[in-house]
Amino acid sequence: MSDNDPSSPLVELAGVGKNFGNIIALSDVSFAVRPAEVSCILGDNGAGKSTLIKIISGLHQHSTGSYRVDGEPVKFTSPRDALDRGIATVYQDLALVPLMPVWRNFFLGSELTSGVWPFRQIRAEEMRATADAELKAMGIEVPDINQPVNTLSGGQRQVLAIARAIHFGARVLILDEPTAALGVKQAGVVLKYISSAREAGLGVILISHNPHHAYLVGDHFTVLKQGTVDLSAPRSELALDELTHYMAGGAELETLQHELRRMDPPDVGAVHELSESR
Amino acid sequence: MGAVAVFVLFFVISDTFRSADAITTVLYASSTIGIMAVGVSLLMIGGEFDLSAGVGVITSALAAGMFAFQFSTNVWVGVVFALAVSLTIGYINGLLVIKTKLPSFLITLSMFMMLQGLNLAVTRAVTGSVSTQSISNMDGFSSAQSVFATSFTLGPISVRITVLWWIVFVALATWVLLRSRVGNWIYAAGGNADAARAVGVPVNYTKIGLFMTVGFMAWFVGMHQLFRFNTVQSGEGVGMELLYIAACVIGGCALMGGWGTAIGAAIGAFIFGMAKMGIVYAGWNADLFMFFIGATLLLATLLNLWVRLRTARR
Repeated sequence: MSDNDPSSPLVELAGVGKNFGNIIALSDVSFAVRPAEVSCILGDNGAGKSTLIKIISGLHQHSTGSYRVDGEPVKFTSPRDALDRGIATVYQDLALVPLMPVWRNFFLGSELTSGVWPFRQIRAEEMRATADAELKAMGIEVPDINQPVNTLSGGQRQVLAIARAIHFGARVLILDEPTAALGVKQAGVVLKYISSAREAGLGVILISHNPHHAYLVGDHFTVLKQGTVDLSAPRSELALDELTHYMAGGAELETLQHELRRMDPPDVGAVHELSESR
Repeated sequence: MGAVAVFVLFFVISDTFRSADAITTVLYASSTIGIMAVGVSLLMIGGEFDLSAGVGVITSALAAGMFAFQFSTNVWVGVVFALAVSLTIGYINGLLVIKTKLPSFLITLSMFMMLQGLNLAVTRAVTGSVSTQSISNMDGFSSAQSVFATSFTLGPISVRITVLWWIVFVALATWVLLRSRVGNWIYAAGGNADAARAVGVPVNYTKIGLFMTVGFMAWFVGMHQLFRFNTVQSGEGVGMELLYIAACVIGGCALMGGWGTAIGAAIGAFIFGMAKMGIVYAGWNADLFMFFIGATLLLATLLNLWVRLRTARR
């Protein structure tokens, strides 16, 4: 890790490990993200990416090592704790509720209310207007802010989830496979939005198994392999070819796998949600 | 829309259906199903089922009746005791569903059968028969009756107080769903529980609360039955739970959760009330009631599917 950067890390992990019983999911992982930086975590399925972001976002706790936010050691017990420190996660399944209106999704879990319990009620008009304005500011045209989220395209949903995180004061954005289920054009929209989040001074942690997408926006790359750090390098010291090579582990098989994955139907996410909601 | 069709159907074929008396009975029949349907619809929107709701009503009524009689207390003490019992049953249902992550169908089916058995066994053990003793001459009976089971006249028709309570509960549930943050949480818990959890919605508390709401409604309807008939048959209530669920589905609640309204459930209950009485007034075989319910449910489900496919294509 280079400490030449004058700004100190927002989130920093040093020698972090995680065991599930006898199974070692992560060991000795060090990682950091600074303001206005996109730090990518790459790796194949099962490399430990998910475990790592679950630790950062407060769903799991690390077993060894240290986790610091603004230089202060933390141990989160719930995603709420992480959110309170400005660490917001946009999950692969988007954390949106498909059948609920756009504006209700936007404010879900952080509803604006007024009045005294039990008469406390939500400020619906204000929430509609705010959500509409925020989305317009980000270039998403939603015909009707009352329409359910499942009428939006995959890219729009992704951006809605990101916009929501930023609106609620996120300083660090964790994006889990934001381009995995999207077509080329839709992925472009999301990547553009990631780079504008960086320009706004946010720290972005981008999880991906697509080195091409990651290299388009990334400033720093960490490749995980079987729970350990295989590579950690800033963009200046790394070419796309090298990154792809690391990802591939030198095997042609990986390239094939990558191509096969691209052939997944785009609605995989939706089916996934349905089966999980039961 | 369906409610209008059913109304027109019976209105046309039956003279008696048009009378003021008929309106009284139809509204009353609708209200007892409807009050339960309020709780059940909220729970369904939250993504869970409660099959123990039908016998839960009887459990509550039995608890109040027997407690008050055996300990010779004011009946209000029994009423409060029954509330505690009902809320506890709801809490246990909710807690088991949350902790085991098993489908609520299984958990509440078990609860349904256990309560059914307990209703009979405990009643027989305590009273020596299958029903509770009459509590009509005990302290507090008349005041309790005026809350749970009185009736008043409104113009030409006599209205049972359950109709009033039904409207109050539907209005309250609608307000909660649309205008409170808990409402947002209910839709989210049923629509995508993982997503809701990830943005900080207390999904577990919400679901336990919903099970307890069903418990509360069961208590209310149980108290109505107790104070209307003075005594409770311990074997009743079986099969009602499916009627509540059917009313909610006809009213547009999604089986999978995340979609529906309290008003829809009220309309579903109203259709049932009209069908139940309409069949009698029309001089048809009353056994056809269940057939009618089944056919309505099938139609409503197909209609929902059709609407959903159309919106999805858009």
